[in-house]
Amino acid sequence: MTAIVEAHALGKRFGARWALADCTLNIPPGHVVGLVGPNGAGKSTLLKLACGLLTPTSGSITVLGGRPGSGREQIAKVGYLAQDAPVEPALSIADHLRLGAHLNPRWDKALASARIASLGLDPKQKAGKLSGGQRAQLALTMATSKHPQVLILDEPVASLDPLARRDFLKLLMDTVAEHGTSVILSSHLISDLERVCDYLVVLAAAQVRLVGEVEELTAVHRWITCTRRDADTLPAGVEVVSAKHTDRQSTFMVRSDTPMPPGDWVSEPVGLEDLVLTYMERGPASAGPLAPRNVESAR
Amino acid sequence: MIEFRLDPRSGVAAYLQIVQQVRQALLLGMLAEGDRLPTVKQVVGMVAINPNTVLKAYRELEMAGLVVAKPGAGTFVTKTLTQSSITEHEPLRRELEAWLAKARAAGLTEAELDALIRATVRDTADEEK
Repeated sequence: MTAIVEAHALGKRFGARWALADCTLNIPPGHVVGLVGPNGAGKSTLLKLACGLLTPTSGSITVLGGRPGSGREQIAKVGYLAQDAPVEPALSIADHLRLGAHLNPRWDKALASARIASLGLDPKQKAGKLSGGQRAQLALTMATSKHPQVLILDEPVASLDPLARRDFLKLLMDTVAEHGTSVILSSHLISDLERVCDYLVVLAAAQVRLVGEVEELTAVHRWITCTRRDADTLPAGVEVVSAKHTDRQSTFMVRSDTPMPPGDWVSEPVGLEDLVLTYMERGPASAGPLAPRNVESAR
Repeated sequence: MIEFRLDPRSGVAAYLQIVQQVRQALLLGMLAEGDRLPTVKQVVGMVAINPNTVLKAYRELEMAGLVVAKPGAGTFVTKTLTQSSITEHEPLRRELEAWLAKARAAGLTEAELDALIRATVRDTADEEK
């Protein structure tokens, strides 16, 4: 099957600054992909490149096998929701749905109306009068009613309260369950991503730091706590991702494709949040190879 | 129908939480043979999780012989787990009690006991894989 996103040495420069550099990805279809990274890491740039709102400075990107924004067919396959779920404040909900029907060849009118009804929204209401949560739901309804094969969402829940966030994710997961849509969503809320994402891309300082299926990533990483020692005294084949030392104790995050052998240390599983934060922090100056590791390609 | 809840801070994978909750429901008699589990779509609507996670949990339950998926109809409970399945293991429990008494007599604190048991359970589970 065709990859959701395939990027080779993809880069985007704004003036003198590379917003994204040397990004190579191959994300298999059917995933809900979480894209995480600090502000300014290049998340929005990558998402805009994927839907054709930006063109690459270097390298290449295809989405579902096609060049982003290359024509009607390609645009119909991709649903995009920009940051803060923009809607037209002066237009009513019904106007939005009419607009959607005019602009999209595969618009599902029945689905759109049913969604709005199930959300308890009045179609005559102006979008400007909606709450943040309702606005996000309307925007998601717009993005899903064209039946895209992949939905690209740029921090869709950032400005929502916890309840609205949960409702939004329910609606999103409902779409995935019903239509098998692939999703790429960026977020700072790792606990949300943990619920909905089965694939992870960590960006930091314009570069991909970690890529892979969540389950595999959490399976191959361990926390190792032991008496103070150097990282190179750990067993061979174990890659040290992070190392912290106090006067008595050393704590390592390690990556090992085989189970950690028993030793005079405590080995514990790594949670997604720790995993993400550690890879985000891991700067170019740190030990170990910096090349992004891709579990998929390592198989 | 039963409801699932997920605790993101438990450190237990989401699909395992669902598996455990189905097992608990079977043990407590909230689910019995012939009952239908919520559909994937219903679970997704309840707890906002990835549908693949639910599918994975249901596959795991199917492999354990607790449920069977009937295409187009749903996933049905095929086995009733009652308290008896715990009481059946009374001899094991007595051995454990005897072992605990020995460990306490040897001076292990509750925290040490807990750490030892957890570590052993984890290590032996790794070996079986």
